[in-house]
Amino acid sequence: MFNVDRIREDFPILKEKVNGKPLVYLDSAATSQRPIQVIEAVSDFYLKRNANVARGLHKLGEEATRRYEEVRFKLKDFVNARSEKEIIFTKNTTEAINTVMYGWGMKNIKEGDKIVTTIMEHHSNFVPWQQLARIKKAKLELIDVDDEGKLKESELDKIKGAKLVAVSAVSNVLGTRNDVKKICRIATDAGALSLVDGAQSVPSQKTDVRDIGCDFFALSGHKMLAPFGTGALYAREEVLDKMDPMLYGSEMIRKVTIEESTWNDLPHRFEAGTPIVAETIGLGAAIDYLKKLGMDDIRKHKEEITAYALKRLGETKGVKIIGPKKASERGSLVGFELENVHPHDVAAILDDSGIAIRSGHHCAMPLHDRLKIPASSRASFHVYTKKEEIDALVAGLEKVKMVFG
Amino acid sequence: MDSQDIYQEYIIELYKNPLNFGTIADADYSAEAFNPTCGDRIVLYLKVSGGKVTEARHSGEGCAISQASASLLTESMKGKTLEELKALTKDDVMRLIRIDLSKNPTRIRCALLPLDALMKAIGASK
Repeated sequence: MFNVDRIREDFPILKEKVNGKPLVYLDSAATSQRPIQVIEAVSDFYLKRNANVARGLHKLGEEATRRYEEVRFKLKDFVNARSEKEIIFTKNTTEAINTVMYGWGMKNIKEGDKIVTTIMEHHSNFVPWQQLARIKKAKLELIDVDDEGKLKESELDKIKGAKLVAVSAVSNVLGTRNDVKKICRIATDAGALSLVDGAQSVPSQKTDVRDIGCDFFALSGHKMLAPFGTGALYAREEVLDKMDPMLYGSEMIRKVTIEESTWNDLPHRFEAGTPIVAETIGLGAAIDYLKKLGMDDIRKHKEEITAYALKRLGETKGVKIIGPKKASERGSLVGFELENVHPHDVAAILDDSGIAIRSGHHCAMPLHDRLKIPASSRASFHVYTKKEEIDALVAGLEKVKMVFG
Repeated sequence: MDSQDIYQEYIIELYKNPLNFGTIADADYSAEAFNPTCGDRIVLYLKVSGGKVTEARHSGEGCAISQASASLLTESMKGKTLEELKALTKDDVMRLIRIDLSKNPTRIRCALLPLDALMKAIGASK
């Protein structure tokens, strides 16, 4: 059974006070908190097992390499990739997407080619394609959203004739869960490659890259209970094998002479330099933690919390919810506006009560322009979020309204 | 922080009913300042005649602090010379808005956004 009180025991930070009040952390879409199991996996490595990987022949070095590579297998299973060769460790989703932009895009996108993405993308899945299009004189076309913040079916036609389609699984502002399986199928049928930004979906639902049918899938560790600096790019082996490395240096080479270099096997060809070893081992612990709770049960819990937040915020006078009405069509976040109060002020006054939410443009300026709002507020949830925290948010918003009379 | 100290009645009042809000089509000086962290945007407009500011306005969107600061700053600019404007400091703005933001560095940026726009408009950098 999914026991939130029991889960909260694993997250020491949730006992902290902020401004003298118990912390109500509703900003997990920005970064999640970490359970003690993850923190201990990192400190255990530094305390007892620290050595560099993939070089020294000593015991510690071998052991560090083994533990580090073990995480690759864990992640491969977690996202259901065919092979561990398809998992490239990166420092976050942004770096994963840039690995594709430089390694595949710079090589394959030519003048006049079409790249398709959506208006709801986070800058990390927008700016790389905008810049690639600019550099290569290619076209960038955007799939628009309807009034409920869902991608317009009628605009999926834009995929025809594209070389690449890049789409997020869950929008970090609207909360919309996109039918990425369908979009990737349309892309494949049109002869385009597909990239899915899974930063907001991976922590909240089961990920199956083979079922989705994407060529690339990017994710961040720090939103899925793992340490900062961890993340990954999944890429189909056939595609990956023809890509150029983005970074050159150690680890990624096979042989170097004064005149030339040859590249290492997959996946190491794409991981130049000393990697983020301890934190990646922490990522392994986070995957273990999520698997133990069960992704289906996590999804169920988060959907329940999201539904409750939609209900309570929906009943709050002056609150306008952004995005789909149904929790089943959302990731675990709710963006909103409070009438006549700037989101920055909403967040500042909530902070008085120890409530942490995000306010601003959430790294999605084109979407905010499209919605014709300069900024928005966002409450987001995780395995440790309880309904009482949504109640605290609603009470906090009443306080904001009082201050702004 | 206790936001009660920040959200004084006059700040809220200036947010709801800003002073000098609007644009000046034939402004002698104007510039936009943008805070990429929160998306606040202030545009400042000045008309100068006989060496002195005759009209100052602001447009854009932002939080209560940046909006109140823009109201108070434009109000204080009237009748000043360009040299006097160039000499304006962060402390001057803090004195104008009369709230203590020393514990809220992110909000200091909100308060200073209109000053950034002014300095850009008159070609002085701080």
